[in-house]
Amino acid sequence: MNNVSVSVRDLSLSFGAVTVLDTLNLDIQNGEFLVLLGASGCGKSTLLNCIAGLLDVTDGQIFIKDRNVTWEEPKDRGIGMVFQSYALYPQMTVERNLSFGLRVAKLPAAEIDKRVARAAEILQIQPLLKRKPSELSGGQRQRVAIGRALVRDVDVFLFDEPLSNLDAKLRSELRVEIKRLHQSLNNTMIYVTHDQIEALTLADRIAVMKSGVIQQLADPMTIYNFPENLFVAGFIGSPSMNFFRGEIKDRGGRKVIEVNGVDFGMEAYPARGPLETGRKVVLGVRPEHVKVDENVPGQEVHDAIVDIEEPMGADNLLWLKHAGQTMSVRIAGARRYAPGTALKISFDMSMASVFDAATENRI
Amino acid sequence: MADTIPLKGQAAHGASRLAPGPQGRKPRPMFSSRNIMIYGALIFAAAYYLLPLYVMIVTSLKGMPEIRLGNIFSPPVEITFEPWVKAWATACTGLNCDGLSRGFWNSVRITIPSTIMSIAIASINGYALANWRFKGADLFFTILIVGAFIPYQVMIYPIVIVLREMGLYGSLTGLIIVHTIFGMPILTLLFRNYFSSLPEELFKAARIDGAGFWTIYFKIMLPMSLPIFVVAMILQITGIWNDFLFGVVFTRPEYYPMTVQLNNIVNSVQGVKEYNVNMAATILTGAVPLIVYFVSGRLFVRGIAAGAVKG
Amino acid sequence: MTGQAHAGRPNQLLRNLHSKIASIPMILTAVVIFLGGTLWTVFYSFTNSKLLPRMSFVGLDQYERLWAAPRWLMSIQNLAIYGFFSLIFSLVIGFVLAALMDQKIRFENTFRTIFLYPFALSFIVTGLVWQWVLNPEFGVQSVVRSLGWSSFTFDPLYNQSIVIYGILIAALWQGTGLVMCLMLAGLRGIDEDIWKASRVDGIPMWKTYLFIIIPMMRAVFITTLVIIASGIVRVYDLVVAQTSGGPGIASEVPAKYVYDYMFLAQNLGQGFAASTMMLITVAIIIVPWAYLEFGGRKRG
Repeated sequence: MNNVSVSVRDLSLSFGAVTVLDTLNLDIQNGEFLVLLGASGCGKSTLLNCIAGLLDVTDGQIFIKDRNVTWEEPKDRGIGMVFQSYALYPQMTVERNLSFGLRVAKLPAAEIDKRVARAAEILQIQPLLKRKPSELSGGQRQRVAIGRALVRDVDVFLFDEPLSNLDAKLRSELRVEIKRLHQSLNNTMIYVTHDQIEALTLADRIAVMKSGVIQQLADPMTIYNFPENLFVAGFIGSPSMNFFRGEIKDRGGRKVIEVNGVDFGMEAYPARGPLETGRKVVLGVRPEHVKVDENVPGQEVHDAIVDIEEPMGADNLLWLKHAGQTMSVRIAGARRYAPGTALKISFDMSMASVFDAATENRI
Repeated sequence: MADTIPLKGQAAHGASRLAPGPQGRKPRPMFSSRNIMIYGALIFAAAYYLLPLYVMIVTSLKGMPEIRLGNIFSPPVEITFEPWVKAWATACTGLNCDGLSRGFWNSVRITIPSTIMSIAIASINGYALANWRFKGADLFFTILIVGAFIPYQVMIYPIVIVLREMGLYGSLTGLIIVHTIFGMPILTLLFRNYFSSLPEELFKAARIDGAGFWTIYFKIMLPMSLPIFVVAMILQITGIWNDFLFGVVFTRPEYYPMTVQLNNIVNSVQGVKEYNVNMAATILTGAVPLIVYFVSGRLFVRGIAAGAVKG
Repeated sequence: MTGQAHAGRPNQLLRNLHSKIASIPMILTAVVIFLGGTLWTVFYSFTNSKLLPRMSFVGLDQYERLWAAPRWLMSIQNLAIYGFFSLIFSLVIGFVLAALMDQKIRFENTFRTIFLYPFALSFIVTGLVWQWVLNPEFGVQSVVRSLGWSSFTFDPLYNQSIVIYGILIAALWQGTGLVMCLMLAGLRGIDEDIWKASRVDGIPMWKTYLFIIIPMMRAVFITTLVIIASGIVRVYDLVVAQTSGGPGIASEVPAKYVYDYMFLAQNLGQGFAASTMMLITVAIIIVPWAYLEFGGRKRG
């Protein structure tokens, strides 16, 4: 237990009749980078605000460093927080912004100066200290906002969509910086985002949320390759995973999924339990796990027709008509196919995901 | 209909040729019949609005003989400032003959503390409602806003009783409290809406930084809200200065504000009517809000429109 | 809730304590003055309080006396006439002025300053100015007569049957600037593309205003209506300054009736009953509006 940094137990939060968080449990390890990922309204920011102490919980408890902080003031929880809109105090200089919390806590001036100087050095914002936030660029503002969390010298950093207000280029730059910061400080970081690229690149573990419930909590590769349910499978990955509704059939002892009369053999699929014949399922396969004009050993080869081609440089994205529906396939950028071309495809079933059509859970 | 045909024609032209020269609509000539109608109507209306001000000024600069002979619109033949001096220093209300100056200073002594107190309380109310809402806060706020529509006459007597119990009835302090009470609904709404419009994350960041209710109010919110405080000041200064009812109900004659004294001077039944002095007194009473109005410009509009802002 | 103990869950009364302490003036005002005061007045309107409020109930006596009093009936009639025309003219003049101001005119700020300045003046000042302008011996009437039209008569403040219109003129002068400003803000809130679309469709301007713009400004009209209406019920200072209720009782209004009975005639019961009637009048205006505005949709 003493390796746990933040622990959320049976946390519920509702506004009147609306339940935002529903008996949620989550343990975050010391030094871990945990990303809360989900669409807007899924409760991820609400959860972060509860951990920060900015929202009163309806039920359940929150522990930080084994201390029950459920009803403590935000300042007493040992957290720092970075916001989407930066939330810098517009009337104060960068230096005053960084030191505001320390001055409120009545720290000695020498200590304040020391901490501000250190944070400014880490974030390389020393030249900006005398400026007002309005004189800074978006990236600089966010750096100052991170600095404000840094000077507090806390164990847990909370990020609430910190990069969403930045343009694409700055976003990827700061993403790297946040990762570097985490590597050098080794603090616990809880990071809320709706951007799956941020989640996949930054996280030690990702918690995918929907309707106030954690759908899957795992490391990025597991989330990507072995999604726990249909929602996670569809939410992660761009373009989205291809889904085929079908039924498990027995073809002379060989289990297959039949989709619109087309069979997909399941020998290679890492099933969790017995595959009952007649079960309605959804077969999911990512665009890069479909081979074009190249065989996957032991797997059926199917006909498909190129509908649209989207060359993206390194990759080439093909939209194919297959088994009565449209699906996407990712191949190397150099391989080009004109629309209308007939080609052979086969699925890498060892990397596929199969979900029960009714429960939508992985089988 | 006539308007659309040239438009379409132009579009067709623009597509068929890319000739140099001005594109888009021809600028309207200044003296088109449309403009003459618009400006004519506006100038006529403006004349109606300006007329009373003009009449006030010219009357106040005439001597009484001239007023009796001429018409009220004619400019003064012989300008005299005597009515102004008399209105300010020696006009009589009842037995007192020290002019409007007493009412002026009373109004100053009423308006300044009332403005400060009402804004201080309402801004804190608005801040609490926007950022620190507690259970039941919205109920009190709703009562407050509904109360803004209740005629003052309904609540006046109970307030008289409360103030009498507190020993404040008839005093300046009592009147200041009354102004604070009746300024509260609109000002609280104004500040609540303003503070709600500030980014909520700023408030959250300050809480993470360990700032409490008062620190956030004074260190974060106040410095960001100067414009709305100016708007509230304009609203209160003009409103309190122009008040008549509360002045007459809640103060003794020696504390009567300027409006009450003005009414007593002009509508007194004793003596000969001195219209020039009356008009000078009227201008003097209207001067303070008028100056506030002309100096504040757009902020005044924002202040009065605050009444229309929905919660 | 399970039976499990919530370690450290603080007393709910003490949470957010500073905010509650800071809101005490608001809570006192709302509960004691606005709610309590109103109930108190309504309560005592059923007593025969004279110089001091006392608890001797007389049922609806005060109301019967009120509705038998010629002065009250005159007050109500005046309020109805004044209110009706004040609403119509404020909205029409205010909207027309706003529409004119919205034609991308020059000197917009100057015009707005002129139309709005009377609003900065008190009703006392307004009443006294118009008392002077409408003075039949020296004002408009005498000026027109001196121009040669010797039979011209315009003496509203001295004529019992039209005195309320004299007050109306002054009130419109003072208040239409505000209506214009609210309407102009409403007009400015309308998407420019609506105008472009109606031009392309070939709809004449007056039709666009009547059938497209005004329906779109429904909310502004209703808010303005409520503001004007609640001002109408309160009208007091203006009458005091301009006519003192005269000639005779021809320009009396309910607010003045209340004041006179409470503080001059020392007949508190009558004053309370009359002010309760004012409250009911306001409720008739406000309740449907509040229901339409806030009852239909709940805010999160």
